[in-house]
Amino acid sequence: MTDAQVIPIGSGGRPGRGTGRRTTPSAAARSLAGSGRTKRKPEPEPAVEAEQPRTDREEPAEQVAAAAESQFAALEKAIRDTFGDDAERKVAELLAFLRRRLTGRYEIDEFGFDAELTDQVLLPMLRPLAEKWFRVEVRGVENIPSDGGALIVANHSGTMPLDGLVTGLVVKDHTGRAMRTLGADLVFKTPFVGELARKGGATLASNDDAERLLGRGELVGVWPEGFKGIGKPFSERYKLQRFGRGGFVSAAMRTGVPIVPCSIVGAEEIYPLVGNVPSLARLLGVPYIPITPFFPLLGVLGLVPLPSKWLIEFGEPIRTDEFAAGAADDPMLVFNVTDQVRETIQQTLYALLMQRRSVFF
Amino acid sequence: MTRVVMVTGVSRDAGARCARELAADPAIDTVIGVDVVPPRADLGGVRFVRADIRNPVIAKVIAGEGVDTVVHTGVVATPGSAGGRSSMKEINVIGTMQLLAACQKAPGVAKLVVKSSTTVYGAGPRDPAMFTEEMAPRAISQTGLSKDAVEVEGYVRGFARRRPDVIVTTLRMANWIGPQTNSPITRYFAMPLIPTVLGYDARLQFLHESDGVAVIRHATVHDIPGTFNVAGDGVLLLSQAIRRLGRPALPFPSFTAGTTGMLVRRARMADFSPDQISFLTYGRGVDTARMRDELGFEPSYTTASAFADFATSLRTGALTAASRLVTGGVRRAAETVRR
Repeated sequence: MTDAQVIPIGSGGRPGRGTGRRTTPSAAARSLAGSGRTKRKPEPEPAVEAEQPRTDREEPAEQVAAAAESQFAALEKAIRDTFGDDAERKVAELLAFLRRRLTGRYEIDEFGFDAELTDQVLLPMLRPLAEKWFRVEVRGVENIPSDGGALIVANHSGTMPLDGLVTGLVVKDHTGRAMRTLGADLVFKTPFVGELARKGGATLASNDDAERLLGRGELVGVWPEGFKGIGKPFSERYKLQRFGRGGFVSAAMRTGVPIVPCSIVGAEEIYPLVGNVPSLARLLGVPYIPITPFFPLLGVLGLVPLPSKWLIEFGEPIRTDEFAAGAADDPMLVFNVTDQVRETIQQTLYALLMQRRSVFF
Repeated sequence: MTRVVMVTGVSRDAGARCARELAADPAIDTVIGVDVVPPRADLGGVRFVRADIRNPVIAKVIAGEGVDTVVHTGVVATPGSAGGRSSMKEINVIGTMQLLAACQKAPGVAKLVVKSSTTVYGAGPRDPAMFTEEMAPRAISQTGLSKDAVEVEGYVRGFARRRPDVIVTTLRMANWIGPQTNSPITRYFAMPLIPTVLGYDARLQFLHESDGVAVIRHATVHDIPGTFNVAGDGVLLLSQAIRRLGRPALPFPSFTAGTTGMLVRRARMADFSPDQISFLTYGRGVDTARMRDELGFEPSYTTASAFADFATSLRTGALTAASRLVTGGVRRAAETVRR
């Protein structure tokens, strides 16, 4: 290789040499394979044959038709009984929904949020749990802005993040807006959980994602206590833990959206965490292995949450658009606002606890 | 300004199409295509020069032809087509090093366009939903194209520092897709039974092949320095994409993904590298605001329409065929009942 070899190419429209993977067989190959094509020609014949026996078996076909008709009528009646008057429309909607799901003709946003699946499947599955089991009572929904971005900040508790799911449902049912949750990276590392979380509107709790969501004018829910809050022992219930590094406050300040404090009472009692197996937790790479009075003692039955009475209160929004530019990078100010939010939630929690008659009623 | 554009990697499909497109542009006088093997496809008005970018000879080509713009499309994505992983690394990393060294010595070179890939961001559970150009990768694979692309971009940044007079445009492109593209991802979707990772659903972005060629032409003709993400609008989930193809998916637990990938590779059905498996597990999204605002490029296909165009080139999926049979049967039964 002393010098570059120059090949002038004027191939006149023909492909050059090389090891091209040709898709069409050569002339020789085609002549060899020619017989295969002629054999396939008399294909339409079986259709003609199939047509003939139908005329011969006129009567059985009619009987089948009559039987099918009566069965179809019964099916129609059953559907009308279960779905009510506009059964036809509902069944058509259901079939259209199933068709869209099976052929992939639905839209997701850039975070992987599947609005249709969330509204039609995930939230309806959650609704009985929230309304019948926890009998959630909601206050202060008027504090959630009806449009534009806002950051809902809430206390975290209950061993399993049911408070996040229920808050999302409550927000959807009272304001009609989807709440986008910020989740820990463990959520997205875990199979099935991460997949469902993204489809249900969650994304990674990081400033990049939070600011992107808030900048798009979405309603974002965050639980800044994280695992410290959700996995705290039962004896420390309703004592707020440290609110992370205040990243949520700087995200709200950068996008100028209001912070809505949200206090949740009742979630602490669903799985009273009385013990932990730190060594096993370390082994499995999870923050804690919960031991409750019923789990793992009763096995799967121990996974049923206790039917505590829930109160959710949304507080006065805290405005962040009045701070000077660059306030988000002032750590002192961010800590002050973080403390203000934390104090508000803590005081509301105490007030709500005073109002609650008992844990279960 | 007389323009002499040199395009590397023209014997592969993407490079050949870019070179043809550039040769057809009236603003460009001469297009020289460079590669080690002669191109299979017709290059139109492109003059082919057989040279290896891993060899210092490339400097003579640049000087001799008076090249002022270098378009580097020579980064190989598949170890199979390059003849093995070590050869692929050689072409990607050493090739880029030599090419940039040659460019650095050539005073005539005023512009460099590099076709990079969004694999530089890696793929993992800690990734932000959308990567902007400034974000650092969270989980980067230690092997495969991902690593190569990161190293190539490192050399390109070094070159940009040493030759500040050269306009350097780096295009981080999402996976190319289209009827003519033959890549690991198109071969993956062409499988009759598509293996997926159980319990994960990756977010995917695609770039239609014609948009890929168009953005390289756009970057070559206009002088816009910088690094840009290039992808079609919107996001598809892997499960959604497979459903749109009407093909059955076959989920494997994540711990068997490596073995499955290896078996599929051995069977020559598709080319799975570890970085590709993590991509198909966690997915990746890139923010394309800068592409629109600064680069001034608007792809004509969205992710979904690019995928739909690609899907037309595939045979009907097994599930679509089955559902057609069933609906056909139901229709016939309904007709019988009505009669």
